[in-house]
Amino acid sequence: MSSRPAEQVERVPTAAPSRLPRSLHPGAWWLWALALAVAAGRTTNPLLLGMIIAVAALVVAARRSSAPWAVGFRWYLLMGALVVALRVVFRMLTAGDGPTVLFTLPRFELPSFAAGISLLGPVSAEAILAGFYDGLRLATLIVCVGAANSLANPKRLLAAVPSALYEVGTVLVISVSVFPQLVESVQRVRRARSLRCSPSRGRHALRGIIIPVLADALDRSLLLAAAMDSRGYGRRTDIDQRARRVTSALLLAGLIGIGVGAYGLMDAHSPAYLGGPLMFAGIAVGAAGFAWSGRRVRRSRYRPDHWRAVDGLVAACGAVGSATFFVADVVELYPSANPLAWPTLPLLPVIGLLIAAAPAVLAPPPGGRP
Amino acid sequence: MIDLTDVTFSYGTSPVLANVNLHIPEGELVLVAGPTGSGKSTLLGLLNGLVPHFSGGTLRGRVTVGGLSTAEHPPREFAAGVGVVGQDPLAGFVTDTVEEELAYGMEQLAVPAAVMRKRVEETLDLLGIAELRDRGLRTLSGGQQQRVAIGSVLAAGPRVLVLDEPTSALDPTSAEDVIAAVVRLVHDLGITVLMAEHRMERVAQYADRLVIVRGDGTVESGDPVTLMATSPIVPPVVELGRLADWSPLALSIRDARRLAGPLRDRLAGSAPVRRPVSTAQPLVRACGLTVRYGSVIAVREVDLLLRPAETTVVMGRNGSGKSSLLWALTGALKRSGGTVDVRGEDPAGLTGGSSRRLLTLVPQTAADLLYLNTVAAECAAADAESQAIPGTCRTLAGRIAGPLAGEANPRDLSEGQRLGLVLAIQLTGAPAVILLDEPTRGLDYRAKARLAAVLSELSDEGKALLIATHDVEFAAQLADRVLVMAQGEIVVDGPALEVLAASPSLAPQVAKVLFPEPWLTVDQVARALSDTVRRGRPC
Repeated sequence: MSSRPAEQVERVPTAAPSRLPRSLHPGAWWLWALALAVAAGRTTNPLLLGMIIAVAALVVAARRSSAPWAVGFRWYLLMGALVVALRVVFRMLTAGDGPTVLFTLPRFELPSFAAGISLLGPVSAEAILAGFYDGLRLATLIVCVGAANSLANPKRLLAAVPSALYEVGTVLVISVSVFPQLVESVQRVRRARSLRCSPSRGRHALRGIIIPVLADALDRSLLLAAAMDSRGYGRRTDIDQRARRVTSALLLAGLIGIGVGAYGLMDAHSPAYLGGPLMFAGIAVGAAGFAWSGRRVRRSRYRPDHWRAVDGLVAACGAVGSATFFVADVVELYPSANPLAWPTLPLLPVIGLLIAAAPAVLAPPPGGRP
Repeated sequence: MIDLTDVTFSYGTSPVLANVNLHIPEGELVLVAGPTGSGKSTLLGLLNGLVPHFSGGTLRGRVTVGGLSTAEHPPREFAAGVGVVGQDPLAGFVTDTVEEELAYGMEQLAVPAAVMRKRVEETLDLLGIAELRDRGLRTLSGGQQQRVAIGSVLAAGPRVLVLDEPTSALDPTSAEDVIAAVVRLVHDLGITVLMAEHRMERVAQYADRLVIVRGDGTVESGDPVTLMATSPIVPPVVELGRLADWSPLALSIRDARRLAGPLRDRLAGSAPVRRPVSTAQPLVRACGLTVRYGSVIAVREVDLLLRPAETTVVMGRNGSGKSSLLWALTGALKRSGGTVDVRGEDPAGLTGGSSRRLLTLVPQTAADLLYLNTVAAECAAADAESQAIPGTCRTLAGRIAGPLAGEANPRDLSEGQRLGLVLAIQLTGAPAVILLDEPTRGLDYRAKARLAAVLSELSDEGKALLIATHDVEFAAQLADRVLVMAQGEIVVDGPALEVLAASPSLAPQVAKVLFPEPWLTVDQVARALSDTVRRGRPC
């Protein structure tokens, strides 16, 4: 007989409490992914873009959960590939110039109302390369959004929005769940229609499907509205007219600031004051608007997501990675496609991207509770 | 707890409820019964103000629940006091996982986060759904969804729970789970529950009070046993009691069995009249029928023969593959393996009206088949689709659903009439095989009896019938043969009497009361009793 059962010995904790599996605040992942997207927006260097995709894929593979919304990453990759292919094909169609002609396609002149545009013709390596660079940048942006979507439950993000946006969040959640219902109802009715052996095409058939589906959707929405009403939805203290106007004005100004600021940040050629400063001013004004309107909403939240040090660290990794793209040499970020030149790998952004990949190990494993 | 004083409610000129006075004390389980369209849902809707705040209409009189009057407070202010669960739980869900759904109502009421955590845990335990906490609401079975729906209103801490046909879409076992959960709430927490239910046999024995909505505007309320004696709609066990002159009537199987001794003795020696087993050439011959949805196998290598003048009933849990089997037989659902042969032809290969002469299906949501504005137009369209003589469908509809106004909108018909219309439309092509998927959903006892009469007439005409249903009483009335499906396979295939009487979950009430005597329906017993009376008097 041993004095201590073996299982008691093994119960010594092996990790610090903060390393317990938990889902990060969805905002942390979104900030990280958006920082990567900003970085991608500032370069056409295929080596750097490829590296950004690799970083996103690595972190997704390491830290996504097994939830249904988390398994869609490969669809974003596929969509990215499609975008690249389309971009290249369009470049071939519109026959960009360049000295290195690879092959020649029969040329089409469009009729006079679209004068000046010709389709096909000689296809140059420069045109294809420029199309590829452009497409790859767009694909990388898509992959970054996909990474955010796979790492953080989009609905949890909606739940984390300020109370002022709660109603909008509810509407979005409902419409997201209504869509599969609508598809289901169309399939069901189509199948039912086939039982009546009526024509499956044409106006008559469309009516046979649309009317039952709409009737169904209407019934459902009335039921849902009644259910929400009887569960207390919309119990809020009345907001007076002036406060509502102030809120709307603040939110609108904030949104414009963020929009213009984002454009300034993404476009390397625009003046510096249009970028960061305007963006931050927009965010500040918008936040004030949210706080102002949120004060008046009486509602509590079940299990809110907590923002801890690790969450900040993950967002910071993304921000540092993205920042290196603002100090790197513009020539290296935008390699020349005409004349043809090999892209080079600038050191600083590479280090930045390595830092951005750190959440693959820094972030706690997924699962468990927020 | 609930007081209705001189309540009259009308949508137009004729009142749905007239001068209703109803007083329900705290802690009662109240069964609200009445024919379809009699105003049960209206009565339930009054209790949290959805009627008339949400539905429209004119309300006179006073409705107070827990001291609050619905005239002065909109439904959302009753959220903390009255929990309402509808017929289709999925339609009322706002979020997408079980835990969030339970918390939703409390979030609206601004319950502090710590209290919410505690109440969610308590509710999970109370309804036995703790293991489902992280599941998506759409991935749950019907019974689980209904329990989550009840939990989601219960978590907000109401003292009154209003349930509108909570078990109408559930198989017998899931229905029992839901009812058991509700009974527990009444007994353990003293919550007042009002429940409307067509299948009274499931709830009658637990009810402290019966409220009968007659349909002419009047409402009767009282002790279930006394009221059952005169109620227009009663469960089979009460019908049996009336037949055997039990007084007081028994509502539960247990009480009925104690009283049924003499009845069993009278019936000993006789047996229900059985229809001869059909030996005709099968109309439908399905071999190795398989249906898959991705990796899920809904129907697994099923062999099935359907003969003329034989009624086969398919039973089994929700999701056991009954509907898929029916749809695959029609050819409208692509099968992934096996063959179907209906009088020498495969319905999947047929186009246009020709498959309508072979077999037809009345789907679960029958209204999906209707899309025109009037009954007359639907009937004319059906005649054209099946190349039948104009007027065929209208005549059939009259026979099945009773007189229907030609200019009525099919969506305004009662549930029973609408089903009758769809059945008529589907029969216009004079098919030899008729498949019905859950035809009794939303039908009261009278509408069900009418449907049963129509179906047995069709069977006598030589049609082969295949009916998928959860309703054991309906199955007992009609079935010659019963199939039980589980996980896509047919696990039992045998004569109705043997299969139904022997199964604990599928036995109808009469079989449970008279066990071990082999009787399924009150009609059979009544016929046997009148025979013995006749035989007893020789001249």
